[in-house]
Amino acid sequence: MTEEMIIAGFGGQGVLSMGKILAYSGIMEDKEVTWFPSYGPEMRGGTANVTVIVSDTRISSPILQEFDTAIILNQQSMDKFEKAVKPGGTLLYDPNGVINPPTRTDINIYKVEATKTAVEMGNPKVFNMIVFGSYLKVRPILSLDNVEKGLEKSLPERYHKLIPLNLEAIKKGQEIVADVQLV
Amino acid sequence: MGELRLMKGNEVLAEAAIRCGCDGYFGYPITPQSEVMETLMARQPWNETGMTVLQAESEVASINMVYGAAATGKKIMTSSSSPGISLMAEGISYIAGAELPCLIVNVQRGGPGLGTIQPSQADYFQSVKGGGHGDYKMIVLAPASVQEMNDFVDLGFELAFKYRNPAMILADGAIGQMMEKVELADQKPRWTKEQILEMSSDWATTGKTADRKKNIVTSLEMDSDKMEENNRRFQEKYRKMEEEEVRYEAIQCDDAEFVIVAFGTSARVCQKAVEIARAKGLKVGLLRPITLFPFPKKAIQELARKAKGFLSVEMSAGQMVEDIKLSVYEAGSNARVNHFGRMGGIIPTPTEVVEALEEKFSWELSYGVKRSY
Repeated sequence: MTEEMIIAGFGGQGVLSMGKILAYSGIMEDKEVTWFPSYGPEMRGGTANVTVIVSDTRISSPILQEFDTAIILNQQSMDKFEKAVKPGGTLLYDPNGVINPPTRTDINIYKVEATKTAVEMGNPKVFNMIVFGSYLKVRPILSLDNVEKGLEKSLPERYHKLIPLNLEAIKKGQEIVADVQLV
Repeated sequence: MGELRLMKGNEVLAEAAIRCGCDGYFGYPITPQSEVMETLMARQPWNETGMTVLQAESEVASINMVYGAAATGKKIMTSSSSPGISLMAEGISYIAGAELPCLIVNVQRGGPGLGTIQPSQADYFQSVKGGGHGDYKMIVLAPASVQEMNDFVDLGFELAFKYRNPAMILADGAIGQMMEKVELADQKPRWTKEQILEMSSDWATTGKTADRKKNIVTSLEMDSDKMEENNRRFQEKYRKMEEEEVRYEAIQCDDAEFVIVAFGTSARVCQKAVEIARAKGLKVGLLRPITLFPFPKKAIQELARKAKGFLSVEMSAGQMVEDIKLSVYEAGSNARVNHFGRMGGIIPTPTEVVEALEEKFSWELSYGVKRSY
């Protein structure tokens, strides 16, 4: 199993930390992992993306042209990465930040109302964990137990009290993900 | 098994330094390697192992602090990125001339000048041909993963002390910024005063006692005959490195008609390129130099007997390609040597590499034989 994915959105949306939690969960599942951010002068508000690779075997290139899965959280990233999903691959997006929804018919497309749900949950900050939950629902490459361990490992001790809230958001994300297969 | 963590290459450099018993780090921040000192400052190793961590006023000051501290026989390191290493070049030459062990890390970014903060490999010449003046060489290790960033800190110190010579880890912004699973080594104690005396009392400034000669650390020698003698000794040392310290990894080279040669981040990209090329039925292998000096010349020459061509893939205009050409031509092989690279902070994609290979060796691929010059 090798999952090559890109998570892309605005800086401040928790794109990089979602990738980090995913990668740490992968380690807990005894996988090889690589987390490669677009690093640069971007700050909150600019675009941010991270390539995450989880594999049973040694990982080759952290630089990829096409991906098994793309998680897309703003329009700029949709313009850039919709075409980069491998045929038969998976695309998840939050319609809140995307004006022009994806149009490809040769990939699996899922809509996640994460921004809306996070507001309903009373905590906009769990937005990225809702998306993460939806991802885990459609690409169940990691067990929830290991995701919990991944959260423990990647969050500093002082934030461990927030783990139950994050897990709740992940479960919420698993519930709300909607298949929007185009024909 | 050691502790498993998800860490950035830069963070691992700091953690590995502490854990291998490093005595002192002197540096000055620069993107994309600032996390090295950030991590050291956050870890506060002076409380735990007694390691000194100091932010100097400049790279010039850092390397001269390294020079002074290394003269005492302790494990001393610094790190920077390309423009900072250029500033250190004078000091590195002095350290090599004074035959002192130390570890220097270059997390390369695109140049020339201030250039960009994105990854590059354009400091190959500077690292392996001597960025400073005079006939000197450093052992240059090129990590291709976060795990190797960890492993090469200890290895770098080991080789630096074995040869009393500066060693360099030549990484790039991608390896520095990337997080991967890494198995950390257990904490080693720093060397005691007694251990340092036992290993290095014949050259280090450990404090002169009545019963030992003066140890003078300098690169200056006004008598040319003696300076030539010094140079002969250095050259012998470099030849011994070439004999004993070559490290490389060969991936699917056994039946390879075309061999990609790449190090660091480029090697990771090319590993995927090999997979893509093999899936297309092309017999392509990857030779990954781990030591850039000493260069794996014999491994290349061995492959040149059968291979139709070599493609050097570098994040530069083509530097290592010259060493590949030298190796191939000295072996009397007529295998063609080509280069493909991206510059200024761009990392090539695996597909680009395969396309370059097909284009540059279209003659060999069409006719199935070596092309003679």
